[in-house]
Amino acid sequence: MALPSSEEIIEDLAFFDDWEQRYQYIIDLGKALPRLQDEQKTPERLVKGCQSSVWLVTSVNEGKLHFDADSDAVIVHGLLALVMAAYNDKTPQQILDFDIDGYFEALDLERHISPTRGNGLRSIVGKIQTLAKQTA
Amino acid sequence: MSFDVQAVRAQFPILSQQVDGKPLIYLDNAATTQKPQAVIDALMSFYTQTNANVHRGAHKLSDEATRRYEKARDQVAAFINANSREEVIWTAGTTEGINLVAHGLAKQLEAGDEVVVTEMEHHANLVTWQQACIQSGATLRVAPIFDNGELDIETFQSYLGPNTRMVAFPHVSNALGTLNPVKDLVAMAKRYDALVLVDGAQGIAHGGVDVQDLGCDFYAFSGHKLFGPTGIGVLWGRRSVLEDWPVWMTGGEMIAEVSYQSASWGALPLRLEAGTPHIAGAIGLGAAVEWFGSLDLAAVQAHEKALIESAMLQARNIEGMRLIGTAPNKVGILSFVMDNAHPADIGFILDRQGVAIRTGDNCAQPLMNRLGINGTARASFSLYNTLDEVDAFFVALRKAQSMLA
Repeated sequence: MALPSSEEIIEDLAFFDDWEQRYQYIIDLGKALPRLQDEQKTPERLVKGCQSSVWLVTSVNEGKLHFDADSDAVIVHGLLALVMAAYNDKTPQQILDFDIDGYFEALDLERHISPTRGNGLRSIVGKIQTLAKQTA
Repeated sequence: MSFDVQAVRAQFPILSQQVDGKPLIYLDNAATTQKPQAVIDALMSFYTQTNANVHRGAHKLSDEATRRYEKARDQVAAFINANSREEVIWTAGTTEGINLVAHGLAKQLEAGDEVVVTEMEHHANLVTWQQACIQSGATLRVAPIFDNGELDIETFQSYLGPNTRMVAFPHVSNALGTLNPVKDLVAMAKRYDALVLVDGAQGIAHGGVDVQDLGCDFYAFSGHKLFGPTGIGVLWGRRSVLEDWPVWMTGGEMIAEVSYQSASWGALPLRLEAGTPHIAGAIGLGAAVEWFGSLDLAAVQAHEKALIESAMLQARNIEGMRLIGTAPNKVGILSFVMDNAHPADIGFILDRQGVAIRTGDNCAQPLMNRLGINGTARASFSLYNTLDEVDAFFVALRKAQSMLA
């Protein structure tokens, strides 16, 4: 499947009433998010959490930011897909205006993006926001 | 005496809660243990009735706070069979205790001296010595383990010699569960008069520790892994060694006389306890050792053995599950990796089923590298866990496996 938009994801996830379906959906979203090539996983792109690792590749196209991301854990990869859906191919201002915490709250996944989880997601969000600030 | 796990569970208020509508199955005991009502009551009573600073007040509350605080020291001294109460130094936890010793040692080490640790160290018992060696020019020697997580004792022994100044190793490995033969290892080190520090973080809660019997010079542990509060721990040290151990932190409480240009240190234990201590924590830890010590420890050990044996047995029936740490002498810890499932993913899906485990490098990155893995999922058991919970853990694990397939 192609990666849905953040609005579609909120709608899709609201449709499921049990956690298994929700997690299956997140895992499937991860499958829709392209993996990085091994040579793209350089140390400077690595955000090492103490539980799992994520890599972030950034580029700018006609004033819009583009991100490719990967993780060694499939649920984290799925959560990355949620983040990509929110941020990808948006202008820096759109990125800065986006309420990422509200988004994860709407998805009922806020505990996965909290700074207390050592999965690197919070650092990825921080990196994207910093880049948006620098580019804006 | 015997051991009634349900009666013990009933004393831990947190264990009756639900997580996402499912009963909490707490299998992260190597990270921290839960607290019995007796410990919660001790903390509550301190703050509601006797909160005051210790050793310096000119009033009744301070006297009472000091009395309870120093009684806790007696309780700990009795619990570990210290030679005297002055050998019990309050710390923030195991890490601070090891740092206190390592910082003192760094001042005495010189090039040519050797410090011996093992490949199974937690970062707290590795980085401390590594840094002490870097500062002093001494050499750090790392005794190898076998692939099953057991210490290679022959090689360990061959690393010891007249230049060995300090030998440090864990009582129980936090990542593997390996129970080291502490007395034997101490005896080997003592042939060369080396100092010995035992990292007791994981060992202290699994049975009676008798520091005199072990023969080591230092035994460090944390209160929170022994049913006590966080932020309090103990460094036990042999009095003859502690008496002139270099002070690490200076400040109030630890001095004898002070002028603007000089100071002299007070007597043990206060000389190694600068500043206002974690008074409530110490009192809570006193209550914890009192509570734990009142149990039939042989029966507790038998119960915990039944838990880990059941877990090891059931693990054999899970296809693609590989145990990390299969030493014959092992307690409390089931570390594992799965084919086609990252530990973090397993942790996520177990969490959704109310099962709390640890995932990741277990604060032992060099050990993970040595074993050729990035990390593990780790279920760790305590005395209040039940055989039913072990079963439920495997049901949850099979669910994770099928979802991640």
